[in-house]
Amino acid sequence: MAFQVILKRPESLTQREFTYCPGCTHGIIHRIIAEVIDELGIREKTIAVAPIGCSVFAYQFFNTDATVAAHGRAPAVATGMKRARPDLYVFTYQGDGDLAAIGTAEIVHAANRGEKITTIFVNNAIYGMTGGQMAPTTLLGMKTTTTPYGRKADNDGYPLHVAEIIKEARGVAFLARTKVNTPQDVQKTKKAIKKAFLAQIKGLGFGMVEVLSTCPTNWGIDPVSALKWLEEHMVPEYPLGVFVDKVGDEQ
Amino acid sequence: MPRVKGKIEIDQERCKGCGLCISVCPMKVIDFGEGFNAKGYHPAEPKYVEKCIACGFCYNMCPDVCITVYREVESA
Repeated sequence: MAFQVILKRPESLTQREFTYCPGCTHGIIHRIIAEVIDELGIREKTIAVAPIGCSVFAYQFFNTDATVAAHGRAPAVATGMKRARPDLYVFTYQGDGDLAAIGTAEIVHAANRGEKITTIFVNNAIYGMTGGQMAPTTLLGMKTTTTPYGRKADNDGYPLHVAEIIKEARGVAFLARTKVNTPQDVQKTKKAIKKAFLAQIKGLGFGMVEVLSTCPTNWGIDPVSALKWLEEHMVPEYPLGVFVDKVGDEQ
Repeated sequence: MPRVKGKIEIDQERCKGCGLCISVCPMKVIDFGEGFNAKGYHPAEPKYVEKCIACGFCYNMCPDVCITVYREVESA
């Protein structure tokens, strides 16, 4: 009898340690993307576009070519790279402060043009890097450093549902919203991200996955409670599901 | 049916002691260690590794990708 490795660090991640706080699910999402790139065998032909935010160092973590875009402009940068080199595969990795606030114009038009890029949108309902300010995706009643009494609709507006906005764009080939708070959901997220990449590989159009994520540090709770908080508070506000699927079943 | 035997290894220096692996392990294989690593965290340790069934839940939830999962196979 001998032991065989069945799960180990994917090749598409570098050996560098993540700079995220303990229990931050950014790391899980990074690993899923790296596994998908490994499985599709496109590591040598992939370019990552990192955003501004906690995941600004994503270019150090993915063992692919990578760049960093100006705040919110990752889809625009990815558009340029994909059009210049249509033989390469380009994906953007963006948080909610990047994609849903300052980058709303870029993501809406990239989706509407049907740019053959993939976007991974990490929604944790708060600005992480800058210290827990209110994001457009912050839930009503949720306390942040800029809404110390809880977000109120009459003053701060309503949570922005990005996936529901993007789904109306006709250039979208795959769009789903998933979460990463249980091992089962991690696997579902991986399937969705794989399809979002396949949408690009098959040349069908824009692929995006919105991943509900946690921010234990700025939510002010421990990592395990954060997983429960996501389930109890974020899932009712942001319903999960596949909104657009032109990819069909995997081969 | 015989139970699948597994084994996990946790990179003690990479671990940030968040405890997500401990919360999802169905066999309660993992627990926090008493010692500190260089970063000052109590890393998670596979203390009861003989109970491991190689389900991979800890690997799936580890945000720092520091867990390697092994499964026992018939040696050829």
